[in-house]
Amino acid sequence: MINSSPILRCAFTLLLSCVVAVLAKAQIEHQQAWQLALLEMEDGDTLHLPEGTYTLTESLLVDGYDDVVVTGAGMDKTILQFEGQKAGSEGFKVSNCNRFTMKDFTILNTAGDAIKTQMCDQINFLNLETSWTGKPKSTNGSYGLYPVQCTNVLIDGCKARGASDAGIYVGQSNKVIVRNCTAIENVAGIEIENTTNAMVYDNLAENNTGGILVFDLPGLIKKRGGHIEVFRNEVRSNNLKNFAPKGNIVAQVPPGTGVMVLATSDVAIHRNTIVENRTTSIAVVSYYITELPIQDDAYEPIPHEITIDGNNIERKHQWPTFKNKIGKLLAFKFGRKVPPIIYDGITEETLAGKDLDFSKNAVLLMGKQADFAVLDAARKFKDILINPPAFIYTGLDSPIYDSFGL
Amino acid sequence: MIRLGYNTYISVGLFACLSWLLVSHRPLVESSTEKPLKLLSDYGLFIGDLTDMVPAENVLPYELNTPLFSDYAHKARFIYLPEGTQMAWDPIEVFDIPQGAIIVKHFYYKADERDPDSENRFIETRILKNTSKGWKAWGYWWNDEQTDAAYKALGGKTDVTWTDVKGKIREVHYESPNQFQCKSCHSYNGKIKPIGPAARQLHGGKVDYVGNWVETGVLTGSPADHSTWPVMDWKAEGVTVEVAARAYLDANCGYCHRHEGPASTSGLFLHDKYPTGPETGVLKSPVAAGKGSGGRTYDILPGKPEKSILYYRMKSNDAAVRMPEVGRSIAHEEGLALIKQWIEELE
Repeated sequence: MINSSPILRCAFTLLLSCVVAVLAKAQIEHQQAWQLALLEMEDGDTLHLPEGTYTLTESLLVDGYDDVVVTGAGMDKTILQFEGQKAGSEGFKVSNCNRFTMKDFTILNTAGDAIKTQMCDQINFLNLETSWTGKPKSTNGSYGLYPVQCTNVLIDGCKARGASDAGIYVGQSNKVIVRNCTAIENVAGIEIENTTNAMVYDNLAENNTGGILVFDLPGLIKKRGGHIEVFRNEVRSNNLKNFAPKGNIVAQVPPGTGVMVLATSDVAIHRNTIVENRTTSIAVVSYYITELPIQDDAYEPIPHEITIDGNNIERKHQWPTFKNKIGKLLAFKFGRKVPPIIYDGITEETLAGKDLDFSKNAVLLMGKQADFAVLDAARKFKDILINPPAFIYTGLDSPIYDSFGL
Repeated sequence: MIRLGYNTYISVGLFACLSWLLVSHRPLVESSTEKPLKLLSDYGLFIGDLTDMVPAENVLPYELNTPLFSDYAHKARFIYLPEGTQMAWDPIEVFDIPQGAIIVKHFYYKADERDPDSENRFIETRILKNTSKGWKAWGYWWNDEQTDAAYKALGGKTDVTWTDVKGKIREVHYESPNQFQCKSCHSYNGKIKPIGPAARQLHGGKVDYVGNWVETGVLTGSPADHSTWPVMDWKAEGVTVEVAARAYLDANCGYCHRHEGPASTSGLFLHDKYPTGPETGVLKSPVAAGKGSGGRTYDILPGKPEKSILYYRMKSNDAAVRMPEVGRSIAHEEGLALIKQWIEELE
């Protein structure tokens, strides 16, 4: 091109602008054609998103169908790029649909959440990817895969990267399976919040701020989560700096967190590989640790019945994070030799200034697995316990998990 | 693009057989009333030029005390009730509206807000029809000639320019909702439902619609004395900041931020029925707000509007931050000023 005549250059520019215009038009047509197809489809239909990379500028919405499938040609083959999204905050939003399946496509760089599903029963996320490309940053959308107020949720074989809150986030739902998924470079890799009857297994959570979180928050209609099993996951090197916008609960998660339970009761964490998370491998804390006001009488901020069993926990001696108050506290109390399993020890008794009531079994380790500290956070860390025998079961009986056999 | 499932073929087959069996006994026109008509004029809801907005028989005009802000568009509202049918009164919710009823809402801009005779530019007209399968929402997009509007499932977009009351030239990229987006607001336990025609919106204002409708027999079941009902009018004479702010939040947020609405996930409830407190956001931490938090800790921090997420999101025009999510692209200055004052005065 360097030596070409001005006429040729001009012609080339003209041709280029035509190509750009045609491409732009084609993209807008995809936006409209797909949304129209979603509007006009009927129960039982399948929408095929063919192989290709498509630029979309607005959310795609679906509402009120039964037995619908939306399928791409493959996670790496059908790519919906939302960079510079103009309208709507989600990429794909599904509401009030039953027996709805999304599979084999990728959603990139949405303004807000990538895929949100609300008030759906039997909702399947299969082989999907939701990512924000580039360096993880606080202006990325909040959630990658985001079912909320749903029942019978299956998230299988999905990937989530770069979410400024949680890559895979299940909120206020019942009967949930998250398996065979990969969550990397999110603030929270996988988060299960105010959700009951969930199984999270065979996932990889790597290089997030926190790997797998199980939280109950106050002020919601679904008050309590619980009956949750987190097992056979690989929770590796979740040491990413916390890039969540302040105000969100995950903004309080210390970088270097493997698995964290906040306020949820009846959670079993077993047979996971939890390695090289610099601040804590497993943390069990109450909502009080956030120091946020609780204005909800029906909410239970203190976790009970947390079982920790058969996990492979490794953490070389290193400093916990200094970018978080829990991290600083651990550094101050333990230096580089931080016990990998911590429990804040906040209970009704300790809040009232009394000693911890061991008979209540808030946390039970089935065998030691790794050093365990009870922090006595309610009484200014006055009486920190290391490996208290009452919390560590050394008998031979093993609890029977729902996941038994998996 | 769409491949039909196996079930569909079976259903279609069964339906065809059943239809054939029933064809001699049932009128066939019934189903067409459940679908949107092509043109707004096809409904026969107005007499003469559509832009004159002269209602036909059984079509009642009404206004709300506190309307939803929609990028400064003017709205004209009408309800059609089939001959001989009535609405039933409700103290809190929208009136119980009979099957066959149609709610019509025109969206238009005046070229010059300072001149009452200034020309109207109609952009879109929305129809809510109570069909045998529940409420349906259909959008109509006006032609350039301003003679009629045509059904458009995908909604439309256009740039609008007008002169505001202060003589300032204003511009907005107006977007009408697609059919699913109607449900962003019109959603009650997952089903489409009207929002406006409720008791507190329709009495105590310039025109007493409730009183008039009771008198003409199209509204039944209302208590004889309605002087004690709450009035939700953000611009009423002598209205307190608290009442005005809650009225504004009810109309602009409360249809979604209520237990029965899509924003029930947030734990923030702004419908008029919730008392001002934690549920309405006072010292409440956000849930799933993401960057919508704007780095702020509470939905409402009393005395500090600039540190309150509620105010931040009402002020923002960013698609992933702004509230309401749909229906506006620019902020409502008057509404913002009111909410600012309200939060400043909260203790």
